[in-house]
Amino acid sequence: MKKAIATVALSAVLGMTATAAFAQSTTLQAVMDKGFVQCGVTGGVRGFSAPDENNNWTGLEVDYCRAIAAAIFDDADAVRYTPLTSTERFAALSSGEIDVLSRTTTWTMTRDTSLGINFAGVMYYDGQGFMVRRADGIGSALDLGGASVCIESGTTTELNAADYFSTNNIEVNTVVFEEQDEVLQAYEDGRCDVYTTDSSALAAERLNLEDPSAHVILPEIISKEPLGPSVRQGDDGWFNIARWVYFLLLNAEELGVTQANVDDMLASENPNIKRLLGVEGTFGEMLGLSNDWGYRIISKLGNYGEMYARHVGPETEIGLERGVNALWTQGGIQYAPPVR
Amino acid sequence: MASIDSNQSGRPALADEPPKVSLINDPKARAIFYQALLLAVVVWFAWYIFGNLTANMAKQNIRTGFGFLNNTASFDIGFHLIDYDRSSTFAEALLVGFLNTGLVAVIGIFFATVLGFTIGIARLSSNWIVARLATVYVEVMRNIPLLLQMFFWYFGVLSLLPAVRQSMELPLFSIFNNRGLVTPAPIPSENFWVVWLALLIAVVAIFFVNRWARKRFEATGERQPNVWINLALIILLPALAWVVTGSSISWSIPELAGFNYQGGMHIPPEFIALTWALTTYTAAFIAEIVRAGILAVDKGQTEAAQSLGLKDGDRLRQVIIPQAMRVIVPPLTSQYLNLTKNSSLAVAIGYPDLVSVFMGTTLNQTGQAVEVVAITMLIYLSLSLITSAFMNWFNARVALTER
Repeated sequence: MKKAIATVALSAVLGMTATAAFAQSTTLQAVMDKGFVQCGVTGGVRGFSAPDENNNWTGLEVDYCRAIAAAIFDDADAVRYTPLTSTERFAALSSGEIDVLSRTTTWTMTRDTSLGINFAGVMYYDGQGFMVRRADGIGSALDLGGASVCIESGTTTELNAADYFSTNNIEVNTVVFEEQDEVLQAYEDGRCDVYTTDSSALAAERLNLEDPSAHVILPEIISKEPLGPSVRQGDDGWFNIARWVYFLLLNAEELGVTQANVDDMLASENPNIKRLLGVEGTFGEMLGLSNDWGYRIISKLGNYGEMYARHVGPETEIGLERGVNALWTQGGIQYAPPVR
Repeated sequence: MASIDSNQSGRPALADEPPKVSLINDPKARAIFYQALLLAVVVWFAWYIFGNLTANMAKQNIRTGFGFLNNTASFDIGFHLIDYDRSSTFAEALLVGFLNTGLVAVIGIFFATVLGFTIGIARLSSNWIVARLATVYVEVMRNIPLLLQMFFWYFGVLSLLPAVRQSMELPLFSIFNNRGLVTPAPIPSENFWVVWLALLIAVVAIFFVNRWARKRFEATGERQPNVWINLALIILLPALAWVVTGSSISWSIPELAGFNYQGGMHIPPEFIALTWALTTYTAAFIAEIVRAGILAVDKGQTEAAQSLGLKDGDRLRQVIIPQAMRVIVPPLTSQYLNLTKNSSLAVAIGYPDLVSVFMGTTLNQTGQAVEVVAITMLIYLSLSLITSAFMNWFNARVALTER
């Protein structure tokens, strides 16, 4: 009898610690207390994070932050945004000024290991490209010898450009600015022959030029730029949320769950969909969230494919094909572990 | 013992030592105690902050230490005074940034001083238009924020320069376009150092000649033809060295090739805009300091000098300026420090100064914010302290020596 009581007591204690472990994210607790997610974004890269005509932040990476807010508060608008320059972003995250950094940030080994941050996933597989004036008649990045190159400070772009030009024995003159606006301004003023950054951003920034058709993007892609959101290291619970919100967006697309059909899908017989939307299992609780976290996200924002199409896809002015960013089932490399 | 003896007289009169008091009430002991206490608190606070910092950074898994300075920087810097490429180390990048800041500061201070003195004196001119123009200059320049002025010069003025293929051709094979100023670059032959040596000897000689001339003037009142001797020394000596050694200078003339001019010396527009903005802005403040300094010299001094029969030039040089300098130098130092520190705005217009290269790029590529910021602060602090030390020395020279 005594033994039985001890066992019950022990299991109760274990159970309690287990439950506590789920909710033991200090960041999640702090976010719940203040009532919103503080999200670090760019100063304005169309398609990824930029204010729209009504001054609401919009974009693929903004939607990621909104998805987190939807999962926690059932309210996609419970997000506050902090526009950051490239040089400010990591300090803002590690100092606790923001909860999530979702700012066209390339996942690199140095950043992952020595900045005290963790990358939760890859919202957009990108690569660095070059934009030049059509009038210069340049067909390849290998013809750029002697050119002036405008770059934003503190980016992987700065390093890739140096690598690429020195590997190919091309002498260029780099001009580095702190703000993206200044880089574009200097390029437009003719201070530089070349503007280089991630090719997705090039496509977006080209639209901000006076005559977009006077500029061409060169075919060379000189680097791998997996752009993804990141969170502070040392809070595994929060990291799990950040990572699984991303996975959920991918899984929803894979299972065909969209913003339009999510209510019908609640009645689906497919166990994968049942788990995704919280009809079955306690997957939300494992993250310290409500079990219908998946339903909350999809019903408010749609899946990854819908977000992509809405902000950067071929139908938008930015017009980026899915390419490698398609799901693995459609020839791309976006792949998420299953919810089970 | 003397004090005890005097006390024995029964009268506690003026003793050699103050009467013995307990340690607690002894003002000296108290003073030492409070000083020690303050020191202990400061040391403890510093130690606590440092411990707190390292512990927290370790907890957040942020790399610490200064080892990163020896790692490969792997980024390019567009303007460098020493050899630098992507395989250089972060320490070398730091040096490049430091030298770029130093270059702007030195050139800026020189031109700001010249311009500032000119305008300061112009404000006191008896010519109404000159004085008004100087006033307008001062009021406009010092009342518009410096960053705004930089944007104006860089994005507003220099960007209007013609593109490379429509470059303005200046005299002496120089080219001016929106990529900056390209001038022919001298390429001295190998034995050219002899000419430099001759120039150095000439400068030293001039120093001694002037000292001798001044002593002689003070002793006898005779004037020596200083200017002519100096000119002769500084031209003839190097010229002689040039002819004797048969050294030569060849010129690298800029030529249009591909995107830009190749060869020659390239001065980027960022440098021009930054130096120009710092110079014109600081000159306005220096002008006011100079005006104040001159006005601080009593009118009686001018009249006294006139009644002594001093020539106009001598009156300014010997009577007015030495006294004005006493007022001018201390605030002038602050302006020099301001100019140096303001050069950190360079990052906004893309000039690779210390802040841009080190606090911007290096900080971001290494992520070691605390170390990088500490080094940068230390460098600015040392730069300022060195400038201050020099100006204090100079001030001590021109200060009023009371006899």
